[in-house]
Amino acid sequence: MKTFALAGNPNCGKTTLFNALTGATAHVGNWPGVTVDKREGVYKGGNENVNIVDLPGIYSLSPYTPEEVISRNFILDEHPDGIINIVDATNLERNLYLTTQLLEMDVPLIVALNMMDEVEKAGDKINAKTLEDALGVPVVEVSALKKTGIKQLMDRAAAMPKTRKGRTVLADTLKAQIESACAYYQAEEVSSPLFHAVKLLESDELELARKGAKQTLEEASAGEDLEAVIADERYKYISEKLSDVKVRKNEKGALTKSDKIDRVLTHRIWAIPIFLVILFFVFHLTFSENLFFLNGFTEDMGWMPSLVDLGLSTDLGGGNQEYNNFGVEILAIFYDGAVYSPGVILTNILNLFLDHISDGIVTLMENGGAAEWATGLVGDGILGGIFAVLGFLPQILTLFLFFSILEDTGYMARIAFVLDRIFRRFGLSGRAFMPMIMGFGCSLPATINTRTLADEKERTATIRVIPFFSCGAKLPILTAVAGGIVAAFGIGNADVITFGMYVLGVCTAIVCVLLMRNTSLKGETPPFIMELPAYHLPGFRNLMLHLWDKTKHFVKKAFTIIFASTIIIWLFSHLSWRWSYLPDEEMNDSILASLGMFLQPVFTPLGFGSQLGQFGWVFAVAAITGLIAKENVIATFTTLALCIGAYAGEGTEEGIEELTGLINIIIGDTGISQGEFTAALIAFIAFNMTTIPCFAACATAKAELPKGKFKWTLLFWVATSYIVSAMIYTIGAFVWPLAIWVAVIAAVVALIVLRNIGKFDIIKIFKKRKN
Amino acid sequence: MATKLLSEFTVGEKGKIKSVTGEGKVRRRLFDMGVTPGAELIMRKKAPLGDPIEITLRGYELTLRKSEAACVEVEV
Repeated sequence: MKTFALAGNPNCGKTTLFNALTGATAHVGNWPGVTVDKREGVYKGGNENVNIVDLPGIYSLSPYTPEEVISRNFILDEHPDGIINIVDATNLERNLYLTTQLLEMDVPLIVALNMMDEVEKAGDKINAKTLEDALGVPVVEVSALKKTGIKQLMDRAAAMPKTRKGRTVLADTLKAQIESACAYYQAEEVSSPLFHAVKLLESDELELARKGAKQTLEEASAGEDLEAVIADERYKYISEKLSDVKVRKNEKGALTKSDKIDRVLTHRIWAIPIFLVILFFVFHLTFSENLFFLNGFTEDMGWMPSLVDLGLSTDLGGGNQEYNNFGVEILAIFYDGAVYSPGVILTNILNLFLDHISDGIVTLMENGGAAEWATGLVGDGILGGIFAVLGFLPQILTLFLFFSILEDTGYMARIAFVLDRIFRRFGLSGRAFMPMIMGFGCSLPATINTRTLADEKERTATIRVIPFFSCGAKLPILTAVAGGIVAAFGIGNADVITFGMYVLGVCTAIVCVLLMRNTSLKGETPPFIMELPAYHLPGFRNLMLHLWDKTKHFVKKAFTIIFASTIIIWLFSHLSWRWSYLPDEEMNDSILASLGMFLQPVFTPLGFGSQLGQFGWVFAVAAITGLIAKENVIATFTTLALCIGAYAGEGTEEGIEELTGLINIIIGDTGISQGEFTAALIAFIAFNMTTIPCFAACATAKAELPKGKFKWTLLFWVATSYIVSAMIYTIGAFVWPLAIWVAVIAAVVALIVLRNIGKFDIIKIFKKRKN
Repeated sequence: MATKLLSEFTVGEKGKIKSVTGEGKVRRRLFDMGVTPGAELIMRKKAPLGDPIEITLRGYELTLRKSEAACVEVEV
């Protein structure tokens, strides 16, 4: 089967064309060496099936971003049978810049002129035939969106000769220099010598790494800086040819639709408020259980009756209820005392479905006479674990859908434009904003999104702080512990504590980025030179295919890593050291419990260790199970509180009552003061928020981080969470350590500043001493 | 003809690029995005916080920081 590579600028309709060509056959893999999604699919519309590889969107073949290097290496090393270069006809000049570089490779090339309908709508004309004659390769008009011209494109692509010799548009001005560099590559027997030769004259880093290349460059260029000349000549050639190709009817002047939208969305005063409102609605529609505040802004204002109030269901206590009939159960998906947001409704639908499967299987096993341990393993261990994780899928997808829409319409690029000034202060660019804000939903897509960052150090710093933007799965920890504090001590307000913890997470992220950018990840603030694409409506089909890709990815994760880890946790919590099975009530004797007790002293400086007495190990175990998935933390509390006898009722989902019981039993046991315990509980939340994220997020971070950085990242997470929690506990409980912390922080800042201005480098002084 | 740096432009000002300085990756990126001598540009707007700026160039919208715009010398 022939393989064609699809190359083109970002925002030129490449993904749409890829989807139009391959339909449902596409699948996502990873590029060898680097992890950037590689999409592949099969075109079946011709006489012969053709394999299509979608290269990342790029502006040039210079090694500026990882994407450009990948595309370049793919074409040069994997030897595709041809390149389909998709060109945005509405933005011909810059798009053809890449075409002039692809022309230099010894690979058959065909140009797909996309969005011709838009050009005609604007009253302009582009003569494809003239362009074809000028470039010397086939040019076919297509509309990826309307799927016209696809067949002609692929027929002509299939009819292309097997080989093509590279040609350059620079032949007139730089003939001698190119020939001289070309001779060097021909002697080295490199394929596409012309392409390499021109890149060398551009002083390309990758070419200069070759042995003898530097010398060749010096000889060929005679010390002249050709980089500017080459870029200039390419554009000159394009402009000259364009005067024949493009007939402009409408000289610019009138405001385009994009300009009008931009006047509002990037307005001097309104830009940031509008953005905050949009962001609020994205999260509101995904997570809110009180849509549009129809039921009032506070609980006191609530006027809508709950299902229990209506007599449609019976309260079983502890947040559980029994519905009168199946119809009410369906109603409860959408409404119970308040209208739910789409994200919550989708979650409820999936959970209803999963609960019935899980119940069905467990009942079947019980009726079939399966042993208690087997039912427990399947019901609580395997199904419970996987379904708990799958249950997050609807909200992750909803959030992802909104962010995809914002991205596809071109709004995200504007946000980077608006916020760059703020981010630059921390040594990042405006683009780093996207992954961070996505972190509030889920760290996984957020981490993947860091690929759009060109600078490696910026990417590493961003990935490391993403977990501090507290994700959806950490929210239950916040609400449960905050609720427990309020219920047990009768102080404060749970919402304020929750909000405060979010702010703490963001502050930790800012401090850490500043620290890293001034020490281990020092470097220039990455440049911010970015296209602002024209606004357009997102394609429904593309959005759905995008979501489908994500779903597949997530489900695969749920059934591998998470599957294995839930089984292990369940086994450890239900087996004694003598390998005998323990029912839930005897979990104190389990392997997990003794591991918790063993590790308990480690958490003493953070407030939730030995000082909490004989039941304190529950906190240690909860923190550890959180490393697998953050939703485990509260699940562990609810299970263990029952086992200890801290709480006697039915298990609740929110876990507030169990925690309150646990808090009271610990106070009774140790006599710990209220102030100290509050500080310890807040430190516990902070620890979970800033420590190593869940298994799936770690796996993603490992894949996305540059080689060798992952182990340092793990260490960074452990250290950050330990320091932040210790600070909260010691200051909150005893106040006087505040002075020590301030002194230590001042000393660290002073040392970093002194080192950076070169006055006093403590590391160098240490090294000297050793010598 | 007078020249001035792109970073000193006010909204609505037009010009033709004379030269591009700067070094390494920034310069390379500017070239790749079409910021080359001879190209005409219009300064469109400033971001709400005064930086970066947005220009129209070769028929599309490009945003860059003032510090990067300072590498671009323009004939006005």
